[in-house]
Amino acid sequence: MMFSEADLTALVITFKLAVITTITLLLLGTPLAWWLARTHWRFKFMLEAVVALPLVLPPTVLGFYLLIALGPNGPVGGLVEWLGGRPPAFTFAGLVIGSVIYSMPFVVQPLQDAFSTIGRRPLEVAATLRASPLDSFFSVAVPLARPGFLTAAVLGFAHTVGEFGVVLMIGGNIPGATQVVSIAIYDHVEGLEYAHAHWLSGGLMLMSFIMLMVVYALNRRFRVVRP
Amino acid sequence: MTIEARFHINRGGFTLDVDLSVPARGVTGLFGPSGCGKTSLLRAIAGLEYHRDGFLKVDDTIWQDAERFVPPHRRSLGYVFQEASLFTHLTVRGNLEYGLRRVPRAERRIPFNNAIELLGIRHLLERRSDTLSGGERQRVAIARALAVSPGLLLMDEPLAALDLASRQGLLPYIESLHDELEIPAIYVSHTLEEIARLADHLILLEAGRVVATGAVNEMLTRLDLPLAHGSGAASIVEAVVVGHDQEYHLTHLDFVGGRFIVPRRAVPTGGHVRLRLAARDVSLTLERQSQTSIQNIFAATVDQVIPEGKAQVMVRLLVADVPILSRITQKSAVELNLKPGKSVYAQVKSVTLLA
Repeated sequence: MMFSEADLTALVITFKLAVITTITLLLLGTPLAWWLARTHWRFKFMLEAVVALPLVLPPTVLGFYLLIALGPNGPVGGLVEWLGGRPPAFTFAGLVIGSVIYSMPFVVQPLQDAFSTIGRRPLEVAATLRASPLDSFFSVAVPLARPGFLTAAVLGFAHTVGEFGVVLMIGGNIPGATQVVSIAIYDHVEGLEYAHAHWLSGGLMLMSFIMLMVVYALNRRFRVVRP
Repeated sequence: MTIEARFHINRGGFTLDVDLSVPARGVTGLFGPSGCGKTSLLRAIAGLEYHRDGFLKVDDTIWQDAERFVPPHRRSLGYVFQEASLFTHLTVRGNLEYGLRRVPRAERRIPFNNAIELLGIRHLLERRSDTLSGGERQRVAIARALAVSPGLLLMDEPLAALDLASRQGLLPYIESLHDELEIPAIYVSHTLEEIARLADHLILLEAGRVVATGAVNEMLTRLDLPLAHGSGAASIVEAVVVGHDQEYHLTHLDFVGGRFIVPRRAVPTGGHVRLRLAARDVSLTLERQSQTSIQNIFAATVDQVIPEGKAQVMVRLLVADVPILSRITQKSAVELNLKPGKSVYAQVKSVTLLA
C-alpha cells in the first residue's frame, strides 16, 4: 500500500490546481507587474499594498471573506447564480479563485522586481531600432526577465501546493472535489493514520525537491527570493 | 536639408529652451558643459521623451508639431547611447539583426556587411555581448544603429564611458562614418577635442540655451565665445595632401592660404585631412623670417585682438579667409602694435593631424 485512492485523487486535484493557478497568475500577473514596474502613478503604493496583503493576512481571514463573497448570498456567488451558474464556493473553481488571490504576491513581486531591474534603457534601445512597445515587450523585456519568470512560476506553484487555510475555508475539504494533499495529510494525522501521512508528506517533499533542482539546473542565475 | 527643432522643456528647476535650425548633412556637434541639456535635447529629438508644444522637422518630415508626435520606433533614426546598452540576451549578431529585421527590405540602404566592416566587428559576431570589452561593445552599438539605415544618426557621448585607450581606438571608426556614409549625424560631447575632430557644424549649448551655432572652424575662433579661450583654444584648417617629400620624410598639405609641411603621414595624395592648430603654437612676426627652423609661415591679417587674462592676448587672424588663433603676450602685442587690419606673418610651430 502506498497511496489510497482518495490520496491519489487529492494529489491529482492539488497538481491540477497548482498548474491552473500558476498559468492564470502568470497571465494576470505579468501585465500587472509590468504596469507596476513602469508607472509613475502616485497612488501605486496602494495597489502594491493590496497585492501584498495575502503575505501578512492569516489565510483563514482571506478564506473567510472569499467564502462569503463566493457563496450564493455573496456578491460574486450571487451574480454567478443569477447568470445561471453555480456559486464557486465549495467547488474547484472556488479553489482556483482563492489560490490565485492568495499566491498573487509570490508571482507579481518577482516579476515586478525583474522588470524594474531591466530598467528603461533596453526598451528605449529597442524603440530606436524600430520595435513597437508591444514588440519590445516580447522581444526584449520578457527574455531579459526570464529569471524573474522562473522565480514567479516556481513560487506560485509551490505556494499553491502548500496552501491550507484558504482552500480549507473556501473548498470545504470535499474528498474527490476540493480536498487537496495538505488537507488530506492533516486528516490522516487527525485519524492517527501516520503511514498514509508519511507517504503523502514524503512524496510531496520529494517532488518539490526535484522541481527545484530542475529549475536550478535550467537556470544557474535563478534565485528563489524568500518571501 | 535642415533639421528644425523647437523645444521648451521645464523640469524641476532646469529649463531647456531651444529654437534651432541646423543643416542635415555632415556631423553637427552638440557641445556644452555637463548638465547643460545636451542629452535632454537629443532625447527629445529622438522622441524618447515627449515634451508638449515641441516642434521637430527633419528634412521634409515632421516628427513633432501641435497635432503630431511620431513615436521613436517610427522615426528613421539611429541612436547610440553613452553606455553601449547591448541586449544581453542576444549575441552580437542578434543585436545587429534586431533592428535590421524590423526595417523593410526596400529601406535598407546600408548593406549589413558594410556596417560590420566599417566598425571592424566581423570576428565578434558569434560572441555573447557581455564578453566584449567596452570599446568593442560601443562599436557593436554603433553598427547596430547603422544597420537600420537611419536618415539621422544621434550619438550621445559614445566615448564618455570608455577609458582613454579605448577612446583613441574608437575615434577613427567614428571618423570613418563621416567619410564613408552620407548619414547626417548629431554628436553630443563635452570634449572640445572630439568636436574638433568630428564635427562640421557646431551647436554651443549652455544652461539650457543655444549660445551660438555655425561652422565648426568659425565657432572655434569666435572670440566672443568661450571656445576660443583657455589653454585648449585652437583653430581647424581643412587641407589636401598634395605630395610627400621622400628625402626628408615630410608630407605637403595645401589649403587656400598656403602649404603646410609636416612629418610624413600615411595619407595618400589627394586625401583630405583636418589640421588642428593650438593657439599657443602660433606666433606672430611683422616680417617673414628666413633663418628659422619653423617651416610653416603664412601671410595673415589681424582680425581681432582681445585680452586673455592679464598677461596675454588672443589674436584672431585670417589667412586668406581661414580663421586662425594665436595666443601671445600682451607685451608682444603692444610692441608689434597689433590692431585689426594689420598684416603679419603667422609662424605655426606644430600642427596636429586629426584625420
